[in-house]
Amino acid sequence: MTLDKGLQNGLAFFYLLVALLNFGFAAYSMVGAKRRIAGFLWAGVGVLFLLHTVGYFSHQGWMLSAALREFIDGLTGPVTYTMVSIVAFALLLYFRKFFVQPDVAWTILQLSLLAGGWAMTDPNFREIVAKEDNVPISMLIYSVAFFTWLALYRAVQNDERLARGEPVLEKVDDEKVLVWPDLVYTELICMILATFVLIIWAVLLKAPLEQPATSAKAPNPSKAPWYFLGLQEMLVYYDPWMAGVVLPTMIIIGLIAIPYIDFNRGGNGYYSFVERKFAVSIFLFGFVVLWVTLIVLGTFLRGPNWNFFAFFEYWDPHKVLPLNNVNLSQLVWLNVFHIPLDDFKVRFGDFLGPILRELPGIIVVGLYMLALPPLLARTFMKSYFLRMGFVRFITLVTLIQFMAALPIKMVLRWVINLKYIVAIPEIFFNI
Amino acid sequence: MSVGDFIRNSQVWKSVFRHPAPRDRRNRVVVMLTNVFLHLHPVSVRKSGIALSYTWCMGGLTFFMFLELTVTGVLLMFYYRPTLEHAYNDILILRDVATLGILRELHRWGAHAMVITIWLHMYRVFLTGSYKPPREFNWGVGVILLVLTLLLSFTGYLLPWDQLAIWAITVGSNMARATPFLGYEGPGATFLKVGDVSLIHSGSDARFILLGGRFVSGETLLRFYVLHCVAIPLAVAVLIAVHFWRVRKDGGISGPL
Repeated sequence: MTLDKGLQNGLAFFYLLVALLNFGFAAYSMVGAKRRIAGFLWAGVGVLFLLHTVGYFSHQGWMLSAALREFIDGLTGPVTYTMVSIVAFALLLYFRKFFVQPDVAWTILQLSLLAGGWAMTDPNFREIVAKEDNVPISMLIYSVAFFTWLALYRAVQNDERLARGEPVLEKVDDEKVLVWPDLVYTELICMILATFVLIIWAVLLKAPLEQPATSAKAPNPSKAPWYFLGLQEMLVYYDPWMAGVVLPTMIIIGLIAIPYIDFNRGGNGYYSFVERKFAVSIFLFGFVVLWVTLIVLGTFLRGPNWNFFAFFEYWDPHKVLPLNNVNLSQLVWLNVFHIPLDDFKVRFGDFLGPILRELPGIIVVGLYMLALPPLLARTFMKSYFLRMGFVRFITLVTLIQFMAALPIKMVLRWVINLKYIVAIPEIFFNI
Repeated sequence: MSVGDFIRNSQVWKSVFRHPAPRDRRNRVVVMLTNVFLHLHPVSVRKSGIALSYTWCMGGLTFFMFLELTVTGVLLMFYYRPTLEHAYNDILILRDVATLGILRELHRWGAHAMVITIWLHMYRVFLTGSYKPPREFNWGVGVILLVLTLLLSFTGYLLPWDQLAIWAITVGSNMARATPFLGYEGPGATFLKVGDVSLIHSGSDARFILLGGRFVSGETLLRFYVLHCVAIPLAVAVLIAVHFWRVRKDGGISGPL
């Protein structure tokens, strides 16, 4: 199999841009930051990318080897994907001082660009990533990564300044300036740049238009708009009433509640991590891990029948995955006590039967929702409880419980193939 | 007298700009007070507060995207009729016939961009702790604006009336069917009945109200069109006014005390 010439030219252009980026960074390192060795190193990396440009312009047809693609695909699954993103997130926060160094962050960016360019030589990967409506997601990934770096970079600087007893960065340039010209010109330049980017984007990429709508033929996979794909991914673990209604409602309520439950008066008006460890960690986890990486998963790695497809895998609509998920009631009554589940309705009727059948799950959920808050108030979160008061504390813990419900269900699904904790399909009440 | 001076001394010019060009300190203050658009801003701000490395300009860009989408959206309305008969063909004509045909692209990519910029704006506001007192209420207004932005994008997704559109909306709106008590496949809905007649069925539940029917149909198209072009933008415009007003009243761009 060979690579299309247009694609090779595109890749050559892409690597040229990346090379220029590196030369720019090299020049900045040498001249601006007076770090000559780093500068030479980045210039060398630039040359490496330039070699790619030459290779693709002369249509060498370099491709990722099939063996390597299969190896990467073999490593990737929903479990590894989610675990890697959670572990990477924890490492990023813990070793933030290391990761925010410009050379380290730049290295990660170059590796991702190099890998991204190489991955584009795979037809399956290309088909998904280059889809018009998926382009914003690549932009989202890079902009969220960049701004996370920027915020943590400034937070680390501010935390060090605070530790030394110096004022935060935002306090340094504290004098007042006139809005005309300082702010209005910044705004004007931003507007012009945004217009420019938008026009270039609109000229290069046509808005998608598929066949006329028909209710007779459903596309497989049927996907919601990309910004809701995190919610659609939750459907794997929860029924629509949870994933589509209750959890989104809790997200909105939780966001509005943030200022009223965050009693910490520190870190108001400047970037800081140390002063707001708890709040920043929870929010970053919610936004970066649960929201953004699930969107990426839902867009790039979920194919026909919402099955998981690794990066370079062909989206085969006939891929069959065994579904052997079981409910908690079955695990308890059938596997432990050897009581058939149908017995409950026969013996106790249509109303009491399902309730008794699902009693283990009802107890588990009840304990989780009702017993956990007082338990936390007496143990790990005692200081929070004392400082926040009853209402704030209960609100905070309830919101965290709903947020944690997703990762908990994920783990249960992976480890014991759990389908529902409580399953009363008679009234659509499945958790 | 140069042409420029002649123009600036004419009665017409002076009737529009009631003071000299903002070249000295006094007139730079006056310009902010006499122009209705500029007066959204204060006269002076803290230098660190407007640094791009602090604000990322994402709130401003979100507002700019809203304006851009309003302009391109109004232009698109000239070409588009929200009926089963015309919707898809009107988009085809926009794509294939209209001169300088990037109008739809500007609108679609602008909408995607607005979703990203509003998330990043919120991200920045959180990470600088700018929602803390006295700005608690304005954060809540911002969350509502976020929801409305997503709804705007969602309602607009249906309008091209192609396969992508109706199935994305079908997937999305199927959730409403499962709303507790109010969706006919939602938990608890079976309990809401008078005698043997259930109040919540597929012709009366939350999904039916959203779609104007039991499935995505011509009624849905009209409903989403009106929501997309009139109802939600009006609500957004009002809330943006509240949001900006409260930014000013709650102490301007945040910063260390």
